[in-house]
Amino acid sequence: MIATRQSYGEALVELGRKNKEIVVLDADLSTATKTNMFAKEFPDRFIDVGIAEQNLMGMAAGLATYGKIPYVSTFAVFAAGRGYDQIRNSICYPKLNVKICATHSGVTVGEDGATHQMLEDLSLMRTLPNMTVISPSDDIQTKWVINEISKIQGPIYVRLARIPTFKIYDENQKFEIGKMVQLGNGTDATIFATGVMVSESLKAQEQLAQEGINIRVVDVHTIKPIDKEMIIKCAKETKKIITIEDHNIIGGLGSAICEVLSEEYPTKVIRMGMKDRFGKSGKGEQLLKYFKMDSEAIVEKVKN
Amino acid sequence: MKITKIEALANIANDIRMGVIEQVYLAQSGHPGGSLSCSDILAVLYFNQMNIDPKKPYAPERDRFVLSKGHCSSALYATLARKGYFDKEDLKGFRKVESNLQGHPEMNKIPGVDMTTGSLGQGLSAAVGMALGSKMDSAGCRVYCLVGDGEIEEGQIWEAAMSASKNKLDNLCVIVDHNGLQIDGKVEDVAGLIDIKEKFESFGFYTLEIDGNDIEEIIHAFDTAKNKKGMPTAIIANTIKGKGVSFMENKAEWHGKAPNQEQYEEAINELKLQHIVG
Repeated sequence: MIATRQSYGEALVELGRKNKEIVVLDADLSTATKTNMFAKEFPDRFIDVGIAEQNLMGMAAGLATYGKIPYVSTFAVFAAGRGYDQIRNSICYPKLNVKICATHSGVTVGEDGATHQMLEDLSLMRTLPNMTVISPSDDIQTKWVINEISKIQGPIYVRLARIPTFKIYDENQKFEIGKMVQLGNGTDATIFATGVMVSESLKAQEQLAQEGINIRVVDVHTIKPIDKEMIIKCAKETKKIITIEDHNIIGGLGSAICEVLSEEYPTKVIRMGMKDRFGKSGKGEQLLKYFKMDSEAIVEKVKN
Repeated sequence: MKITKIEALANIANDIRMGVIEQVYLAQSGHPGGSLSCSDILAVLYFNQMNIDPKKPYAPERDRFVLSKGHCSSALYATLARKGYFDKEDLKGFRKVESNLQGHPEMNKIPGVDMTTGSLGQGLSAAVGMALGSKMDSAGCRVYCLVGDGEIEEGQIWEAAMSASKNKLDNLCVIVDHNGLQIDGKVEDVAGLIDIKEKFESFGFYTLEIDGNDIEEIIHAFDTAKNKKGMPTAIIANTIKGKGVSFMENKAEWHGKAPNQEQYEEAINELKLQHIVG
Protein backbone atom coordinates (compact mmCIF):
# COMPACT_ATOMS: atom_id res chain seq x y z
CA MET A 1 0.00 0.00 0.00
CA ILE A 2 1.24 3.47 -0.90
CA ALA A 3 -0.37 6.91 -1.03
CA THR A 4 -0.26 8.74 -4.35
CA ARG A 5 1.32 11.76 -2.58
CA GLN A 6 4.27 9.51 -1.68
CA SER A 7 4.57 8.30 -5.28
CA TYR A 8 4.48 11.96 -6.33
CA GLY A 9 7.35 12.88 -4.01
CA GLU A 10 9.46 10.04 -5.35
CA ALA A 11 8.63 10.78 -8.98
CA LEU A 12 9.55 14.45 -8.57
CA VAL A 13 13.07 13.59 -7.44
CA GLU A 14 13.53 11.33 -10.47
CA LEU A 15 12.20 14.02 -12.76
CA GLY A 16 14.40 16.65 -11.13
CA ARG A 17 17.45 14.58 -11.96
CA LYS A 18 16.45 14.35 -15.62
CA ASN A 19 15.24 17.90 -16.24
CA LYS A 20 16.95 20.90 -14.72
CA GLU A 21 14.15 23.29 -15.67
CA ILE A 22 11.86 21.62 -13.12
CA VAL A 23 11.30 23.84 -10.09
CA VAL A 24 9.07 22.95 -7.16
CA LEU A 25 7.02 25.34 -5.06
CA ASP A 26 5.23 24.60 -1.83
CA ALA A 27 3.35 26.56 0.82
CA ASP A 28 4.68 25.28 4.13
CA LEU A 29 3.41 21.75 3.67
CA SER A 30 6.38 20.06 2.06
CA THR A 31 6.57 17.29 4.65
CA ALA A 32 2.92 16.39 3.97
CA THR A 33 2.88 16.91 0.21
CA LYS A 34 6.22 15.04 0.00
CA THR A 35 7.95 17.78 -1.99
CA ASN A 36 10.51 17.76 0.86
CA MET A 37 12.21 14.89 -0.95
CA PHE A 38 12.85 17.16 -3.95
CA ALA A 39 13.83 20.03 -1.62
CA LYS A 40 16.48 17.88 0.01
CA GLU A 41 18.13 16.93 -3.25
CA PHE A 42 17.62 20.19 -5.13
CA PRO A 43 17.51 23.02 -2.55
CA ASP A 44 18.25 25.63 -5.25
CA ARG A 45 15.21 24.60 -7.27
CA PHE A 46 12.80 24.42 -4.37
CA ILE A 47 10.83 27.47 -3.23
CA ASP A 48 8.80 27.52 -0.06
CA VAL A 49 6.61 30.60 -0.19
CA GLY A 50 5.18 30.09 3.28
CA ILE A 51 1.47 30.03 4.01
CA ALA A 52 0.54 32.10 0.99
CA GLU A 53 -1.25 30.10 -1.69
CA GLN A 54 -2.23 33.03 -3.88
CA ASN A 55 1.39 34.02 -4.20
CA LEU A 56 2.29 30.36 -4.66
CA MET A 57 0.24 30.22 -7.86
CA GLY A 58 1.33 33.65 -9.06
CA MET A 59 5.03 32.99 -8.61
CA ALA A 60 4.68 29.70 -10.45
CA ALA A 61 3.06 31.63 -13.31
CA GLY A 62 5.99 34.06 -13.39
CA LEU A 63 8.53 31.24 -13.35
CA ALA A 64 6.65 29.58 -16.21
CA THR A 65 6.80 32.75 -18.32
CA TYR A 66 10.53 32.61 -17.75
CA GLY A 67 10.73 29.08 -19.15
CA LYS A 68 10.85 27.08 -15.95
CA ILE A 69 8.53 24.11 -15.40
CA PRO A 70 7.00 24.70 -11.99
CA TYR A 71 5.39 21.88 -10.03
CA VAL A 72 3.27 23.46 -7.34
CA SER A 73 2.03 21.66 -4.28
CA THR A 74 -0.18 22.24 -1.29
CA PHE A 75 -3.36 20.61 -0.03
CA ALA A 76 -6.10 20.47 -2.64
CA VAL A 77 -8.39 22.68 -0.58
CA PHE A 78 -5.82 25.49 -0.59
CA ALA A 79 -4.63 24.95 -4.15
CA ALA A 80 -7.96 24.88 -5.96
CA GLY A 81 -9.84 26.88 -3.34
CA ARG A 82 -7.56 29.56 -1.95
CA GLY A 83 -5.69 29.92 -5.23
CA TYR A 84 -8.63 29.67 -7.61
CA ASP A 85 -8.59 33.17 -9.08
CA GLN A 86 -4.80 33.01 -9.45
CA ILE A 87 -5.09 29.69 -11.26
CA ARG A 88 -7.82 31.13 -13.44
CA ASN A 89 -6.33 34.48 -14.38
CA SER A 90 -2.57 34.06 -13.97
CA ILE A 91 -2.22 30.44 -15.15
CA CYS A 92 -5.11 29.15 -17.24
CA TYR A 93 -6.03 32.25 -19.22
CA PRO A 94 -2.42 32.81 -20.41
CA LYS A 95 -2.05 29.01 -20.73
CA LEU A 96 1.13 28.91 -18.69
CA ASN A 97 3.11 25.76 -18.14
CA VAL A 98 2.31 25.21 -14.47
CA LYS A 99 1.72 21.77 -12.96
CA ILE A 100 -0.48 21.99 -9.89
CA CYS A 101 -0.09 18.78 -7.91
CA ALA A 102 -2.55 19.01 -5.07
CA THR A 103 -2.43 16.45 -2.29
CA HIS A 104 -4.93 15.68 0.49
CA SER A 105 -7.98 15.65 -1.74
CA GLY A 106 -11.37 14.33 -0.66
CA VAL A 107 -12.90 13.07 2.51
CA THR A 108 -10.14 10.47 2.86
CA VAL A 109 -7.95 13.26 4.27
CA GLY A 110 -9.54 12.00 7.47
CA GLU A 111 -9.07 13.45 10.92
CA ASP A 112 -8.51 17.08 9.88
CA GLY A 113 -12.19 17.27 9.01
CA ALA A 114 -14.36 19.30 6.67
CA THR A 115 -12.18 22.42 6.37
CA HIS A 116 -9.36 20.33 4.92
CA GLN A 117 -11.34 17.84 2.83
CA MET A 118 -11.47 19.22 -0.69
CA LEU A 119 -14.62 17.98 -2.42
CA GLU A 120 -15.01 20.58 -5.15
CA ASP A 121 -11.64 20.73 -6.88
CA LEU A 122 -12.46 18.50 -9.83
CA SER A 123 -15.46 20.70 -10.46
CA LEU A 124 -13.55 23.98 -10.14
CA MET A 125 -10.56 22.88 -12.20
CA ARG A 126 -12.58 21.09 -14.86
CA THR A 127 -14.53 24.20 -15.73
CA LEU A 128 -11.40 26.24 -16.51
CA PRO A 129 -10.51 26.56 -20.21
CA ASN A 130 -6.99 25.30 -21.09
CA MET A 131 -6.83 23.12 -17.97
CA THR A 132 -6.12 19.39 -18.03
CA VAL A 133 -7.36 17.53 -14.95
CA ILE A 134 -5.79 14.28 -13.81
CA SER A 135 -6.65 12.10 -10.85
CA PRO A 136 -4.37 9.05 -10.66
CA SER A 137 -5.27 5.89 -8.81
CA ASP A 138 -2.08 4.17 -7.76
CA ASP A 139 1.66 4.33 -7.40
CA ILE A 140 2.72 3.29 -10.90
CA GLN A 141 0.14 5.50 -12.57
CA THR A 142 1.05 8.53 -10.44
CA LYS A 143 4.72 8.17 -11.25
CA TRP A 144 3.89 7.92 -14.93
CA VAL A 145 1.66 11.01 -14.74
CA ILE A 146 4.24 13.16 -12.98
CA ASN A 147 6.81 12.37 -15.62
CA GLU A 148 4.43 12.57 -18.58
CA ILE A 149 3.01 16.01 -17.76
CA SER A 150 6.48 17.54 -17.83
CA LYS A 151 6.40 16.95 -21.60
CA ILE A 152 3.03 18.66 -22.12
CA GLN A 153 2.92 22.43 -22.51
CA GLY A 154 0.14 24.09 -20.51
CA PRO A 155 -1.60 24.08 -17.15
CA ILE A 156 -2.38 20.76 -15.50
CA TYR A 157 -4.09 19.92 -12.22
CA VAL A 158 -3.17 16.61 -10.62
CA ARG A 159 -5.30 15.41 -7.73
CA LEU A 160 -3.44 13.31 -5.18
CA ALA A 161 -4.53 11.51 -2.04
CA ARG A 162 -3.33 11.20 1.51
CA ILE A 163 -4.37 7.63 2.28
CA PRO A 164 -2.39 4.63 1.04
CA THR A 165 -4.10 2.49 -1.59
CA PHE A 166 -3.34 -0.81 -3.30
CA LYS A 167 -0.93 -1.05 -6.15
CA ILE A 168 -3.15 -1.68 -9.16
CA TYR A 169 -0.75 -1.71 -12.07
CA ASP A 170 2.61 -3.26 -12.78
CA GLU A 171 5.58 -1.46 -14.25
CA ASN A 172 4.74 -2.41 -17.82
CA GLN A 173 1.26 -0.89 -17.91
CA LYS A 174 0.85 1.69 -20.67
CA PHE A 175 -1.19 4.82 -20.06
CA GLU A 176 -2.22 7.75 -22.19
CA ILE A 177 -3.52 11.13 -21.01
CA GLY A 178 -7.22 11.27 -21.87
CA LYS A 179 -7.62 7.50 -22.21
CA MET A 180 -9.41 5.63 -19.45
CA VAL A 181 -8.24 2.17 -18.39
CA GLN A 182 -10.81 -0.62 -18.48
CA LEU A 183 -10.28 -3.22 -15.75
CA GLY A 184 -12.30 -6.35 -16.41
CA ASN A 185 -14.86 -7.20 -19.06
CA GLY A 186 -18.00 -7.73 -17.00
CA THR A 187 -21.27 -6.59 -18.53
CA ASP A 188 -23.50 -6.47 -15.45
CA ALA A 189 -22.32 -2.98 -14.63
CA THR A 190 -19.60 -0.41 -15.26
CA ILE A 191 -18.09 1.48 -12.36
CA PHE A 192 -16.38 4.64 -13.52
CA ALA A 193 -14.02 5.45 -10.66
CA THR A 194 -11.24 7.94 -10.10
CA GLY A 195 -8.36 8.35 -7.65
CA VAL A 196 -8.64 6.38 -4.42
CA MET A 197 -12.05 5.08 -5.44
CA VAL A 198 -10.51 2.82 -8.09
CA SER A 199 -9.11 0.44 -5.50
CA GLU A 200 -12.43 0.45 -3.58
CA SER A 201 -14.20 -0.39 -6.84
CA LEU A 202 -11.79 -3.24 -7.53
CA LYS A 203 -12.54 -4.66 -4.09
CA ALA A 204 -16.24 -4.50 -4.95
CA GLN A 205 -15.55 -6.15 -8.30
CA GLU A 206 -13.90 -9.08 -6.52
CA GLN A 207 -16.71 -9.46 -3.99
CA LEU A 208 -19.36 -9.35 -6.70
CA ALA A 209 -17.53 -11.90 -8.84
CA GLN A 210 -17.83 -14.37 -5.98
CA GLU A 211 -21.57 -13.95 -6.22
CA GLY A 212 -21.55 -14.40 -9.97
CA ILE A 213 -22.00 -10.74 -10.80
CA ASN A 214 -19.46 -9.56 -13.31
CA ILE A 215 -18.67 -5.88 -13.53
CA ARG A 216 -15.97 -3.82 -15.11
CA VAL A 217 -14.14 -0.99 -13.41
CA VAL A 218 -12.99 1.91 -15.52
CA ASP A 219 -10.12 3.93 -14.08
CA VAL A 220 -10.77 7.53 -15.06
CA HIS A 221 -7.32 8.99 -14.45
CA THR A 222 -8.00 11.88 -16.81
CA ILE A 223 -11.12 13.82 -15.91
CA LYS A 224 -10.46 16.40 -18.61
CA PRO A 225 -10.27 15.83 -21.50
CA ILE A 226 -12.78 13.06 -20.93
CA ASP A 227 -12.61 9.82 -22.89
CA LYS A 228 -15.98 9.90 -24.66
CA GLU A 229 -15.42 6.71 -26.61
CA MET A 230 -14.92 4.58 -23.53
CA ILE A 231 -17.97 6.06 -21.83
CA ILE A 232 -20.24 5.36 -24.80
CA LYS A 233 -18.77 1.90 -25.30
CA CYS A 234 -19.44 0.93 -21.68
CA ALA A 235 -22.94 2.39 -21.76
CA LYS A 236 -23.65 0.19 -24.78
CA GLU A 237 -22.03 -2.95 -23.40
CA THR A 238 -23.12 -2.98 -19.76
CA LYS A 239 -26.44 -3.01 -17.95
CA LYS A 240 -25.72 -0.37 -15.37
CA ILE A 241 -23.55 2.72 -15.13
CA ILE A 242 -22.26 3.88 -11.76
CA THR A 243 -19.76 6.64 -11.06
CA ILE A 244 -17.82 6.99 -7.84
CA GLU A 245 -15.51 9.72 -6.65
CA ASP A 246 -14.13 11.04 -3.38
CA HIS A 247 -15.66 14.39 -4.32
CA ASN A 248 -19.02 16.08 -4.37
CA ILE A 249 -21.33 14.30 -6.81
CA ILE A 250 -21.92 17.76 -8.32
CA GLY A 251 -19.42 18.92 -10.89
CA GLY A 252 -16.83 16.15 -10.81
CA LEU A 253 -16.50 12.73 -12.40
CA GLY A 254 -20.21 11.87 -12.21
CA SER A 255 -21.15 15.09 -13.92
CA ALA A 256 -18.50 14.64 -16.59
CA ILE A 257 -19.83 11.18 -17.45
CA CYS A 258 -23.44 12.45 -17.47
CA GLU A 259 -22.52 15.31 -19.78
CA VAL A 260 -21.20 12.87 -22.35
CA LEU A 261 -24.01 10.35 -22.07
CA SER A 262 -26.83 12.88 -22.09
CA GLU A 263 -25.58 14.22 -25.42
CA GLU A 264 -24.23 11.09 -27.06
CA TYR A 265 -26.08 8.06 -25.69
CA PRO A 266 -28.73 8.84 -23.08
CA THR A 267 -28.33 6.36 -20.26
CA LYS A 268 -29.28 6.31 -16.59
CA VAL A 269 -26.26 7.09 -14.41
CA ILE A 270 -25.98 6.45 -10.67
CA ARG A 271 -23.59 8.92 -9.09
CA MET A 272 -21.83 7.86 -5.92
CA GLY A 273 -19.67 10.18 -3.84
CA MET A 274 -20.25 12.99 -1.39
CA LYS A 275 -23.87 14.01 -1.70
CA ASP A 276 -23.53 17.77 -1.72
CA ARG A 277 -22.35 18.02 1.85
CA PHE A 278 -19.19 18.72 3.81
CA GLY A 279 -17.14 15.95 5.34
CA LYS A 280 -16.24 15.30 8.98
CA SER A 281 -13.40 14.04 11.13
CA GLY A 282 -12.57 10.37 11.39
CA LYS A 283 -10.25 7.87 9.79
CA GLY A 284 -10.26 7.86 5.99
CA GLU A 285 -11.56 4.28 5.71
CA GLN A 286 -14.22 4.93 8.37
CA LEU A 287 -15.39 7.96 6.48
CA LEU A 288 -15.73 6.05 3.22
CA LYS A 289 -18.00 3.64 5.07
CA TYR A 290 -19.85 6.44 6.87
CA PHE A 291 -20.57 8.29 3.63
CA LYS A 292 -21.41 5.07 1.77
CA MET A 293 -18.47 5.25 -0.60
CA ASP A 294 -16.67 2.04 0.34
CA SER A 295 -16.61 -1.27 -1.54
CA GLU A 296 -19.64 -2.52 0.39
CA ALA A 297 -21.69 0.48 -0.69
CA ILE A 298 -20.62 -0.12 -4.28
CA VAL A 299 -21.63 -3.80 -4.06
CA GLU A 300 -24.98 -2.69 -2.71
CA LYS A 301 -25.54 -0.22 -5.55
CA VAL A 302 -24.65 -2.75 -8.22
CA LYS A 303 -27.06 -5.30 -6.79
CA ASN A 304 -30.04 -2.95 -6.31
CA MET B 1 16.91 74.64 -30.61
CA LYS B 2 17.34 70.99 -29.80
CA ILE B 3 15.23 69.66 -26.94
CA THR B 4 16.87 67.89 -23.98
CA LYS B 5 16.71 64.17 -23.24
CA ILE B 6 14.29 64.89 -20.41
CA GLU B 7 12.06 66.97 -22.68
CA ALA B 8 12.09 64.24 -25.31
CA LEU B 9 10.89 61.73 -22.71
CA ALA B 10 8.24 64.18 -21.53
CA ASN B 11 7.03 64.36 -25.13
CA ILE B 12 6.86 60.58 -25.31
CA ALA B 13 4.81 60.54 -22.10
CA ASN B 14 2.57 63.13 -23.71
CA ASP B 15 2.19 60.91 -26.80
CA ILE B 16 1.24 58.03 -24.52
CA ARG B 17 -1.40 60.23 -22.90
CA MET B 18 -2.84 61.15 -26.28
CA GLY B 19 -2.89 57.45 -27.13
CA VAL B 20 -4.80 56.74 -23.93
CA ILE B 21 -7.43 59.38 -24.65
CA GLU B 22 -7.77 58.26 -28.25
CA GLN B 23 -8.23 54.59 -27.34
CA VAL B 24 -10.67 55.19 -24.52
CA TYR B 25 -12.68 57.65 -26.61
CA LEU B 26 -12.91 55.31 -29.62
CA ALA B 27 -13.81 52.33 -27.44
CA GLN B 28 -16.14 54.46 -25.33
CA SER B 29 -14.81 52.46 -22.41
CA GLY B 30 -11.59 52.02 -20.48
CA HIS B 31 -9.67 53.58 -17.62
CA PRO B 32 -8.20 57.01 -18.39
CA GLY B 33 -7.47 58.23 -14.83
CA GLY B 34 -4.88 55.66 -13.77
CA SER B 35 -3.48 55.39 -17.30
CA LEU B 36 -2.70 59.09 -17.38
CA SER B 37 -1.12 58.98 -13.92
CA CYS B 38 1.43 56.32 -14.94
CA SER B 39 2.34 57.57 -18.44
CA ASP B 40 5.58 59.25 -17.35
CA ILE B 41 6.73 56.09 -15.59
CA LEU B 42 6.05 54.00 -18.71
CA ALA B 43 7.85 56.50 -20.93
CA VAL B 44 10.98 56.33 -18.78
CA LEU B 45 10.89 52.54 -18.49
CA TYR B 46 10.46 51.79 -22.20
CA PHE B 47 12.49 54.66 -23.64
CA ASN B 48 15.24 55.11 -21.09
CA GLN B 49 15.63 52.19 -18.72
CA MET B 50 14.68 48.75 -19.93
CA ASN B 51 16.90 46.40 -21.89
CA ILE B 52 14.40 45.53 -24.61
CA ASP B 53 14.14 45.23 -28.36
CA PRO B 54 10.70 45.49 -29.98
CA LYS B 55 12.00 43.28 -32.79
CA LYS B 56 12.72 40.52 -30.28
CA PRO B 57 9.80 40.65 -27.86
CA TYR B 58 10.46 37.13 -26.54
CA ALA B 59 14.25 37.35 -26.15
CA PRO B 60 15.07 35.42 -22.95
CA GLU B 61 17.62 38.00 -21.81
CA ARG B 62 15.22 40.96 -22.00
CA ASP B 63 14.05 42.97 -19.03
CA ARG B 64 10.41 42.39 -18.14
CA PHE B 65 7.53 44.67 -17.26
CA VAL B 66 4.36 43.56 -15.51
CA LEU B 67 1.43 45.95 -15.50
CA SER B 68 -0.16 44.56 -12.37
CA LYS B 69 -2.79 47.31 -12.54
CA GLY B 70 -3.95 45.73 -15.78
CA HIS B 71 -6.93 48.04 -16.22
CA CYS B 72 -4.47 50.72 -17.31
CA SER B 73 -3.83 48.71 -20.46
CA SER B 74 -4.43 51.70 -22.73
CA ALA B 75 -1.26 53.33 -21.38
CA LEU B 76 0.74 50.14 -21.93
CA TYR B 77 -0.63 49.67 -25.45
CA ALA B 78 0.14 53.28 -26.38
CA THR B 79 3.68 52.78 -25.03
CA LEU B 80 4.25 49.51 -26.90
CA ALA B 81 2.91 50.95 -30.16
CA ARG B 82 5.08 54.06 -29.74
CA LYS B 83 8.09 51.78 -29.14
CA GLY B 84 7.33 49.79 -32.29
CA TYR B 85 6.02 46.48 -30.95
CA PHE B 86 2.97 46.82 -33.19
CA ASP B 87 1.31 49.29 -35.53
CA LYS B 88 -0.16 52.44 -33.96
CA GLU B 89 -3.25 51.90 -36.10
CA ASP B 90 -3.98 48.81 -33.96
CA LEU B 91 -4.75 51.10 -31.04
CA LYS B 92 -8.04 51.94 -32.73
CA GLY B 93 -9.20 48.39 -32.03
CA PHE B 94 -8.78 48.74 -28.26
CA ARG B 95 -11.50 46.77 -26.43
CA LYS B 96 -13.21 45.83 -29.69
CA VAL B 97 -14.25 42.32 -30.63
CA GLU B 98 -12.03 42.00 -33.70
CA SER B 99 -8.92 43.28 -31.89
CA ASN B 100 -6.22 41.63 -29.81
CA LEU B 101 -6.06 44.66 -27.54
CA GLN B 102 -8.19 43.26 -24.76
CA GLY B 103 -9.59 45.39 -21.97
CA HIS B 104 -6.86 43.93 -19.80
CA PRO B 105 -3.52 42.82 -21.28
CA GLU B 106 -3.15 39.26 -22.58
CA MET B 107 0.45 38.15 -23.11
CA ASN B 108 -0.24 35.61 -25.83
CA LYS B 109 -2.11 38.07 -28.01
CA ILE B 110 0.13 41.13 -27.86
CA PRO B 111 3.90 41.23 -28.49
CA GLY B 112 5.61 43.13 -25.69
CA VAL B 113 3.12 42.18 -23.00
CA ASP B 114 5.13 40.07 -20.55
CA MET B 115 2.28 38.96 -18.31
CA THR B 116 -1.47 38.62 -18.50
CA THR B 117 -3.03 40.76 -15.78
CA GLY B 118 -6.34 42.23 -14.77
CA SER B 119 -7.39 40.62 -11.53
CA LEU B 120 -5.72 43.03 -9.13
CA GLY B 121 -2.96 41.90 -6.81
CA GLN B 122 -1.66 39.11 -9.02
CA GLY B 123 1.00 40.76 -11.17
CA LEU B 124 3.56 41.22 -8.42
CA SER B 125 3.67 37.49 -7.71
CA ALA B 126 4.34 36.83 -11.38
CA ALA B 127 7.06 39.50 -11.38
CA VAL B 128 8.63 37.85 -8.33
CA GLY B 129 8.57 34.52 -10.20
CA MET B 130 10.25 36.11 -13.24
CA ALA B 131 12.91 37.82 -11.13
CA LEU B 132 13.57 34.56 -9.30
CA GLY B 133 13.82 32.65 -12.58
CA SER B 134 16.42 35.11 -13.80
CA LYS B 135 18.35 34.78 -10.53
CA MET B 136 18.31 30.98 -10.79
CA ASP B 137 19.89 31.21 -14.23
CA SER B 138 22.15 34.18 -13.37
CA ALA B 139 20.64 35.81 -16.45
CA GLY B 140 20.80 39.39 -15.19
CA CYS B 141 17.28 40.42 -16.25
CA ARG B 142 15.57 43.21 -14.39
CA VAL B 143 11.86 42.96 -13.71
CA TYR B 144 9.64 45.99 -13.24
CA CYS B 145 6.16 45.78 -11.81
CA LEU B 146 3.70 48.65 -11.72
CA VAL B 147 1.00 48.37 -9.07
CA GLY B 148 -1.80 50.74 -8.22
CA ASP B 149 -2.15 52.18 -4.73
CA GLY B 150 -5.69 50.87 -4.49
CA GLU B 151 -4.40 47.54 -5.76
CA ILE B 152 -2.05 47.06 -2.81
CA GLU B 153 -5.11 46.61 -0.62
CA GLU B 154 -5.05 43.06 -2.02
CA GLY B 155 -3.41 40.65 0.44
CA GLN B 156 -1.53 38.82 -2.30
CA ILE B 157 0.66 41.88 -2.85
CA TRP B 158 2.10 41.44 0.62
CA GLU B 159 2.52 37.71 0.19
CA ALA B 160 4.55 38.50 -2.92
CA ALA B 161 6.45 41.29 -1.15
CA MET B 162 7.58 38.79 1.50
CA SER B 163 8.83 36.40 -1.15
CA ALA B 164 10.65 39.20 -2.98
CA SER B 165 12.68 40.19 0.04
CA LYS B 166 13.18 36.64 1.31
CA ASN B 167 14.76 35.78 -2.04
CA LYS B 168 16.80 39.01 -2.07
CA LEU B 169 15.47 39.96 -5.50
CA ASP B 170 17.54 43.07 -6.18
CA ASN B 171 16.61 42.67 -9.85
CA LEU B 172 12.99 43.47 -8.97
CA CYS B 173 11.62 46.99 -8.89
CA VAL B 174 8.04 47.66 -7.81
CA ILE B 175 6.54 51.02 -8.67
CA VAL B 176 3.45 52.09 -6.75
CA ASP B 177 1.38 54.49 -8.83
CA HIS B 178 0.24 56.46 -5.81
CA ASN B 179 -2.44 58.69 -7.26
CA GLY B 180 -4.45 58.47 -4.05
CA LEU B 181 -7.76 57.54 -5.63
CA GLN B 182 -9.71 54.38 -6.27
CA ILE B 183 -13.21 53.82 -7.59
CA ASP B 184 -15.02 54.55 -4.34
CA GLY B 185 -12.88 57.53 -3.32
CA LYS B 186 -9.57 58.24 -1.58
CA VAL B 187 -7.42 55.22 -0.71
CA GLU B 188 -7.11 56.42 2.91
CA ASP B 189 -10.88 56.62 3.24
CA VAL B 190 -11.91 53.48 1.38
CA ALA B 191 -9.52 51.01 2.99
CA GLY B 192 -7.48 53.03 5.47
CA LEU B 193 -4.39 52.70 3.28
CA ILE B 194 -1.60 54.87 4.76
CA ASP B 195 2.20 54.81 5.13
CA ILE B 196 2.86 52.90 1.91
CA LYS B 197 6.60 53.55 2.05
CA GLU B 198 6.86 52.28 5.62
CA LYS B 199 4.83 49.20 4.71
CA PHE B 200 7.24 48.21 1.92
CA GLU B 201 10.21 49.06 4.13
CA SER B 202 8.98 46.75 6.85
CA PHE B 203 8.57 44.02 4.22
CA GLY B 204 12.28 44.27 3.47
CA PHE B 205 12.28 46.62 0.48
CA TYR B 206 14.63 49.46 -0.25
CA THR B 207 12.20 52.32 -0.79
CA LEU B 208 12.23 55.62 -2.60
CA GLU B 209 9.52 58.24 -2.72
CA ILE B 210 9.35 60.49 -5.76
CA ASP B 211 7.14 62.73 -7.83
CA GLY B 212 5.94 60.09 -10.26
CA ASN B 213 5.06 62.66 -12.89
CA ASP B 214 8.56 64.15 -12.93
CA ILE B 215 10.73 62.52 -15.61
CA GLU B 216 14.04 63.44 -13.95
CA GLU B 217 13.01 62.05 -10.59
CA ILE B 218 11.76 58.84 -12.19
CA ILE B 219 15.05 58.30 -14.04
CA HIS B 220 17.04 58.97 -10.91
CA ALA B 221 14.93 56.51 -8.90
CA PHE B 222 15.36 53.69 -11.43
CA ASP B 223 19.12 54.35 -11.62
CA THR B 224 19.35 54.22 -7.85
CA ALA B 225 17.31 50.99 -7.71
CA LYS B 226 19.67 49.33 -10.20
CA ASN B 227 22.60 49.90 -7.88
CA LYS B 228 20.91 48.61 -4.76
CA LYS B 229 22.15 45.11 -3.99
CA GLY B 230 20.65 42.37 -1.85
CA MET B 231 17.07 43.62 -1.68
CA PRO B 232 14.18 44.56 -3.96
CA THR B 233 13.23 48.21 -4.47
CA ALA B 234 9.83 49.83 -4.13
CA ILE B 235 9.40 53.26 -5.65
CA ILE B 236 6.45 55.13 -4.21
CA ALA B 237 5.56 57.36 -7.14
CA ASN B 238 3.25 60.15 -6.06
CA THR B 239 1.18 60.93 -9.10
CA ILE B 240 -1.91 62.77 -10.17
CA LYS B 241 -4.79 60.66 -11.36
CA GLY B 242 -5.84 61.97 -14.76
CA LYS B 243 -2.53 63.87 -15.12
CA GLY B 244 -2.30 66.11 -18.17
CA VAL B 245 -6.02 66.56 -18.76
CA SER B 246 -7.15 69.24 -16.33
CA PHE B 247 -10.78 68.25 -16.08
CA MET B 248 -9.80 64.66 -15.28
CA GLU B 249 -7.12 65.47 -12.72
CA ASN B 250 -7.71 64.21 -9.18
CA LYS B 251 -11.22 63.04 -9.95
CA ALA B 252 -12.10 59.44 -8.99
CA GLU B 253 -15.00 59.53 -11.42
CA TRP B 254 -12.50 59.42 -14.33
CA HIS B 255 -11.19 56.06 -13.11
CA GLY B 256 -13.26 54.13 -15.60
CA LYS B 257 -15.18 56.52 -17.80
CA ALA B 258 -14.82 57.49 -21.44
CA PRO B 259 -14.92 61.12 -22.61
CA ASN B 260 -17.65 62.28 -24.98
CA GLN B 261 -16.69 63.97 -28.24
CA GLU B 262 -16.45 67.46 -26.77
CA GLN B 263 -14.40 66.25 -23.82
CA TYR B 264 -12.21 64.22 -26.14
CA GLU B 265 -11.39 67.23 -28.28
CA GLU B 266 -10.72 69.36 -25.23
CA ALA B 267 -8.40 66.71 -23.77
CA ILE B 268 -6.44 66.23 -27.00
CA ASN B 269 -6.07 69.98 -27.52
CA GLU B 270 -4.80 70.40 -23.99
CA LEU B 271 -2.28 67.61 -24.44
CA LYS B 272 -1.09 69.00 -27.77
CA LEU B 273 -0.26 72.27 -26.03
CA GLN B 274 1.95 70.37 -23.60
CA HIS B 275 4.18 69.11 -26.41
CA ILE B 276 7.61 70.70 -26.06
CA VAL B 277 9.12 72.09 -29.27
CA GLY B 278 12.77 72.95 -29.63
